[in-house]
This record gives sequence, structure tokens and C-alpha cells, in this order.
Amino acid sequence: MTSQLVQTYDCRQAFAETLIELARADERIVAVCNDSVGSSNLVGFREQFPDRLINVGIAEQDLVGVGAGLANGGLIPFVSAAAPFLTGRALEQIKADVAYSNTHVVLCGQSPGVAYGELGPTHHSIEDLSWTRAIDNLKVLVPADPAQTRAAVRWAAANPGPLYLRVPRLKVPEVTPEDAPLEPGRALRLIDGDDVTVIALGTMVSRALDAAERLRADGISARVVNMPFVDPLDVTAVLDAARETRGIVTVEEAVTTGGLGAAVATLVAEHHPVPMRILGVSGFAPTGSATYLLDHFGLNADGIAAAAHELA
Amino acid sequence: MLLADTHTAAAWAARKDGIDVAELEAMATDVRRTVVTMVDRAGLGHIGGDLSVTDILVTLFGAVLDVDPTDPARPDRDRFILSKGHCAGALYATLAHCGFFPRASLDTFMAPLSALNGHPNRVKVPGVETNTGPLGHGFPVAVGCALAAQLKDLDYRTYVVLGDGELQEGSNWEAAMTAAHYDLDRLTAIVDRNRLQQGAGTEDTKQLEPLADKWTAFGFETRTVDGHDHAQLLDALEPSRTGRPVAVIANTIKGKGVSFMEDRVEWHHKVPSADQVRTALQELAR
Repeated sequence: MTSQLVQTYDCRQAFAETLIELARADERIVAVCNDSVGSSNLVGFREQFPDRLINVGIAEQDLVGVGAGLANGGLIPFVSAAAPFLTGRALEQIKADVAYSNTHVVLCGQSPGVAYGELGPTHHSIEDLSWTRAIDNLKVLVPADPAQTRAAVRWAAANPGPLYLRVPRLKVPEVTPEDAPLEPGRALRLIDGDDVTVIALGTMVSRALDAAERLRADGISARVVNMPFVDPLDVTAVLDAARETRGIVTVEEAVTTGGLGAAVATLVAEHHPVPMRILGVSGFAPTGSATYLLDHFGLNADGIAAAAHELA
Repeated sequence: MLLADTHTAAAWAARKDGIDVAELEAMATDVRRTVVTMVDRAGLGHIGGDLSVTDILVTLFGAVLDVDPTDPARPDRDRFILSKGHCAGALYATLAHCGFFPRASLDTFMAPLSALNGHPNRVKVPGVETNTGPLGHGFPVAVGCALAAQLKDLDYRTYVVLGDGELQEGSNWEAAMTAAHYDLDRLTAIVDRNRLQQGAGTEDTKQLEPLADKWTAFGFETRTVDGHDHAQLLDALEPSRTGRPVAVIANTIKGKGVSFMEDRVEWHHKVPSADQVRTALQELAR
């Protein structure tokens, strides 16, 4: 699927285009950034709505607090910054000003995971899923492709409440239908299968689909589930996988201590224990490009297929 | 900008004429007595800061803020944020005095399952705009409120009260830069300058002075007043005359009104004994 014939996309483009489309129809929508107009892909937004692009400069705590204040004033702020700085630097603001205060702030974490590759672990956002999932009253949404990113931005604008939207940067192919439903606690089953289940989100979904093709060639029927909402999780989809297949592989572009894999494991351990393999980034990464690092950590079709083999 | 300011300044002067400072003083005494009673009942609270910030809260809620206790979420209400959220006791006493919720609720202050937590919660308490407690949070949120008014062309005003020790949090200075950059002239930041923080004096812990110069350097119209003088506070809370956001440094005394608490660092969150409560209430009756 990820052969050179398949078109791949940077989801930030879909994020930015959809935000502009929504802003045209709803003047409450504003964008707030931390000197990240370019990296958040907000240049077009600024051209069309110069007054509605608020740049607080390099100041992430202020960024999130200002977002909460804008929401208090009746606006719908999309607070956008590189994911490591948005979540790491402003985590207490995310907790107190957004989640605990129950404000309609859309926190948009750009270039998450190891997207910044060679820039190193300071710029990798691999802890964000663990951090945000631990915060009460904060939904966590990770789209897998441009279609799901468009749906995610629309969902975020239309549904009041705190949200962390993790916008992938690593180029991905289209993997979900344009009209696929997107709602909290609802996963998408992309491929049916009854030997083993692979649950993936974000940039890992296309790789999970590639792995399923390889497994099929080996005579293994792998179910592939896309879990866009890490919180709240689709409990039914997870428990169905536990009951109907022999094991579950989770894949995420994040550490395995607290994100998708940990969420699935907790659920499975409490209700229907089955063997699992939890794939993700382990530790501070060595120097390398994003794609190099994903291969390094086994976050590719080979790695996913090998883990599935152990369970099938 | 200047025309509008002249207009609001004139409106302010007219409004101020109708304010009875003696009434504010009576309200302040009531709030202080209520705070002492609440801390006594709860066996918890930040009494020193409650008593230092009381006159600021009373002036705001008694004479300045355009808020309606019967419609606390009115979209064009003035915004008030207590960034030093640990002084929730004084805020609750003030809100109850103004009718945002029944005074009887104050008896539940910090009791199990009470809406009146040790730090204010907007989801549960009418009149609270954002949940504060960790320091350095209220000012950025206030900047966002003021920015929203500017963007939507609403004429509500935003006021935020900051502790002085709290200014050691860098997020405040991030917010100050944003407020000045966006010319948020409908924003007023008030510093409860009691010169004490949890464990020692501010100047012995991490020096804040020259504090007025700092605010001015950050682009604010800075006013320094006696934070226990309601008339001075009223003057200081008038709209910006320069088109810049306003900073009010309100010089206060931690534990104000209770002789044995005044300017004593240990009363940051010490709980008075029964005898001390009796003495405090006697002093506050005078």
C-alpha cells in the first residue's frame, strides 16, 4: 500500500483547509498559535482572517491560557503548536484551564510522534498520548489520514468541550472512507479477520493495513481496527477483538507507557485477558529521520506482522 | 481609541459619584468576619491572603464589576478572575454577600462534596470564570477574555487579581507581553502586594522590586495605591487613559484587620484557635 504508486499526504494540509472552511461559516472560530503560523500551516488562515489569527509568540503557557479565555468570551479557539511544546510545556494549563475548567478549547498538537526526526528527542512528542489520556474530561483524538483529519476538525468545532487533536505530519495514504463516522468511543474496523487483531491510530494505520496483507499471504487472518479516539476508547471493539481473535497488537507513534496500548491492555486485563503485543517508541530516540526511526522501533509492516505472528 | 477612552472615563466618573465608600467598608468588614468564621469551621484556609485581598474584591464586586448574580453567565458581563485561587474563601464570602449563591452554602466551605473547594471551580460556583489554584494561570486566561471582547467588539471589561509572590511564575510575564502587544485597554491586572509569600517575604525569596517599573516596562499603565483604601482603589480601577492595559499595584497587609495576624508570615494558612477566632471577630467588629 505504501508503494510509490500510492499517493500520500501530510494531514496538516487537511487540518488547515478544513479550519478555513469552517471559519468562513462560523465567525466564532479563531486560531491561536505560538509563533507557529508556518509549522501549524496557518498561513492561509491568516491571509483570509488576519484578525482571527492570534499569535502569542513563543509562550506556550500563555498560549493555552489565552485559548481558555477566548473560549470564555464565546469564541471557539483552535490552539495550535508543535505537539511536544503544547503538551509538555503547557500541561498544567491543559489540565486546569481547559479540562478541569471544562472549556471548549481545541488543542491541536502538530507534528507529533517522531515527525521531527533528526531534530531529536526534545522535539519528539511521544509522551503526549500518555499525558493527555491521564487528564479527566479531555478527549484525545488522533486522525489517520486526510479524510479523518477533516472529520476530526469538523467534530472538534461542533462539539463543545476540551479536546486534544493530534495532527499527523508524516505522510500517509488515504485509509478511511470520506464518509466514515467519527465519534468518541467508536472505532472503525477496516479489515475483518478472526485470527488476530491489530489496533492502530494515526500514522500507524496504513502500516497496520500493510501488515495485514503480509499476514494474509502467510495464511493469517488479521482484523485491523482504527481507533481514532484514544480517549474515550471503543470498549466494544476492544472486547470483541479479545473474545473473537487470539490476541491483540496495538501500534502507536508514541511511548507504550500510557497511550493506546496501555488503554487497551487495561481494558482487556480487567474484562477478558488475551495475549498482547504493545508496539510503540521505546525511550529517547537516536538520531535519524522520522521514517528511519519508525523502522528502528519496528513501527512498520514487518514489525507489526512479526508481532502478530507471535499471537496468531 | 482616545475618544472612546474619554467617553468611558467620563462614564466612570459619573458612576463613581453614586458609590458610598462607607458601604464598601461595611461590606469589607462583613466579608472579613465571614472569612474568619469559614476558616474556623473548615479548620482550613488561607486566612492571611484572604484578609489582604478583601478590600480589592469588595471594591470590584461592590462598585466596579458589571455582573448580575441572577444571570452570572450573561455574555457581556465583566470578567473577574482570582488568579491567586488559594484565597477562594474571600471570593466565596464576597460572592455570597452579593447574592451569587446563598450564604448558607458558606458553611460547607471545604466540607466533603461541597461545591466550595479550597480553590474556585467555575463548573460548580456561579461567578467563577476559570478554575485557579496553581499560580500563574489566571492572567493568561484574563488576557484571552479581553482579547475575545476586542475581537467580538463587546465592551465588557476584564479584571484579574494576582498575588505578588505569584508574579515569580513566568507565565504572568508571557501574558503581560501579550496584553501589551494587543493593546488590551479593557484589561486591568491588580496585584495584591502584601509582600509575603508562603514561607517568607517576597523580597527575601525572589525579589520583585522595582515592581511598578517592571509593569510599566512591560507596556502597562501602572498605578500604585493603598489596597485597603476603597476610594483609592476606585480611582485606580478607572479605565485606561492611554490605550494600554492597566496594572494596579495594591499595597496591602497580609492578615489585615486582625492585629496578631497582620504582616506575619505564619498566617499564610495557619488556622486560628477558638480564642484567636473570638479575638479576631471582636477586632473586626470595631
